[in-house]
Amino acid sequence: MRARTLILGVCVLLLLLVPLLATWIGQTYYIDLVRRVMIFAIAAVSLNLILGYGGLVSFGHAAYLGVGGYSVGILAFYGIHNGWLQWGVAILASALVALAIGAISVRTRGIYFIMITLAFTQMLYYLGISVEEYGGDDGMRLKVKSQFSGLVDLADPVTFYYVVLVLLLSCMYFVHRLVGSRFGMVLRAAKSNEARSRAIGFSPYPYHLAAFVIAGAMCGLAGALLANHTAYIAPAFMDWTRSGEIMFMVILGGMATTPGPALGAFALLVVEDLLAGWTQHWQVILGPLLVLCVLFFKRGLAGLLPGSKDG
Amino acid sequence: MASAILEVRDLRKSFGALAATDGVSFELREGETHAIIGPNGAGKTTLISQLAGNLRPDSGHIRFAGEDVTHLSAPARAHKGFARSFQITSIYRDFTALDNVALAVQAHAGHSFRFWKPAREERSLREPARAMLEEVGLGARADVLAANLAHGEQRQLEVAMALATRPRLLLLDEPVAGMGLEESQRMVQFLRNLKGKRSIILVEHDMDAVFTLADRVSVLVYGRIIASGSPQEMRASPEVRRAYLGEEA
Repeated sequence: MRARTLILGVCVLLLLLVPLLATWIGQTYYIDLVRRVMIFAIAAVSLNLILGYGGLVSFGHAAYLGVGGYSVGILAFYGIHNGWLQWGVAILASALVALAIGAISVRTRGIYFIMITLAFTQMLYYLGISVEEYGGDDGMRLKVKSQFSGLVDLADPVTFYYVVLVLLLSCMYFVHRLVGSRFGMVLRAAKSNEARSRAIGFSPYPYHLAAFVIAGAMCGLAGALLANHTAYIAPAFMDWTRSGEIMFMVILGGMATTPGPALGAFALLVVEDLLAGWTQHWQVILGPLLVLCVLFFKRGLAGLLPGSKDG
Repeated sequence: MASAILEVRDLRKSFGALAATDGVSFELREGETHAIIGPNGAGKTTLISQLAGNLRPDSGHIRFAGEDVTHLSAPARAHKGFARSFQITSIYRDFTALDNVALAVQAHAGHSFRFWKPAREERSLREPARAMLEEVGLGARADVLAANLAHGEQRQLEVAMALATRPRLLLLDEPVAGMGLEESQRMVQFLRNLKGKRSIILVEHDMDAVFTLADRVSVLVYGRIIASGSPQEMRASPEVRRAYLGEEA
């Protein structure tokens, strides 16, 4: 357990030092890369709550990236740049969308759940394409980043970097607490043996739905961050391959572990970046690499950490 | 005489052309242990599943403590005081024994929309759970992963979980199935201590267990109760011997 804490501590330290190191070696590009990775890590952490701990294989998690992103974009479009409001709306709107999707999909299991979550996300994707006012297929630019009344300035890449880092660590801690609480125990128990849960008196539905909404809201925050990061919002945020990527981060990193989703996000996106810099046929290499990872690290990258028994 | 806690009236359930439960009626008095025996395929598990709320009967009524529960879900019945064990052991395999029982305690300690405090540090959940494990003889195994318990221990754990919900009615589906002689004797001894304190429906193949534990025995054949009475009467009944016990002898 101690070795594990040490390793994770070093990881956090490295993340804290990235802007300094990157500036030092004159490659500020890495600040951008790691910030992007951390935003996706937040999305993966949120998905892990329902996928890893809840056993709900949502294949539509990118929907909330889109809802969060468009919340920021649309408010900015109408001249509202207040970040508190924008991010608040992003979280709330994502929660509401998750409530609507979850109310229907959480009643189903297995392949039906996968297909319903995918279908809803596709609906939102095509909605994004069809609304010309907000750029349709091409999306729209975010000309002004979210404003936080002078408290933090997201236009400064390093400040923005640390904002994302703090939010990522907060989300990880939040999910960590959540899954250890009574609520989390019900969630994990239902994944372990739903028939037993029902027999001792748990109705999984309200708990699954609540987890689905929390995960959606958290991913909505990631969407708001992503919009600010890329400075544009497009339906591509909600592409089904995006949902697949987030799911892959969770599985690669280690389901139902605290550090897993973040590790998965780093592994996937950094390797992707390295390979893409090396050859344009990087996907040919990445694919088999991922297959090997899944085959050999059944419990994900987090399973390689010492003392990884209880995540 | 104690009043009936469970009243089953003309229960029917068919799967296609097969009438798995074909007009079953019986009563269970408070504190009584009622064993249901019958050959394989008689519909015993189908019956218990309907009692527990996992299967909806096609027709008929189930009344519990005077209240019609026929259309209540399994979790709702659990909150009324039903608890069941499954024919195939049903526990949380990737949790410790203590976690398993603590979850059962938690299920009956109000809603679980509590998001922050670590449940594993809540004494109000852990202490009753630990006491229950001691009671079934698993006290020393509290921190073992349920999957790593021996088969007999897993059965005990399942009973501990059922009892931790402080049920008024226990539905036990073959509690000694697959157990070794010693394990099974220990389980029977344990269940015997519950006699009179709990109302129990016991589905069991093991005749020693049935005749030790049951106050009343009903014989189920092809979804119908063909005979019902005291263990002694059942043992003596030629009808029962022919339909069931005869095959065993």
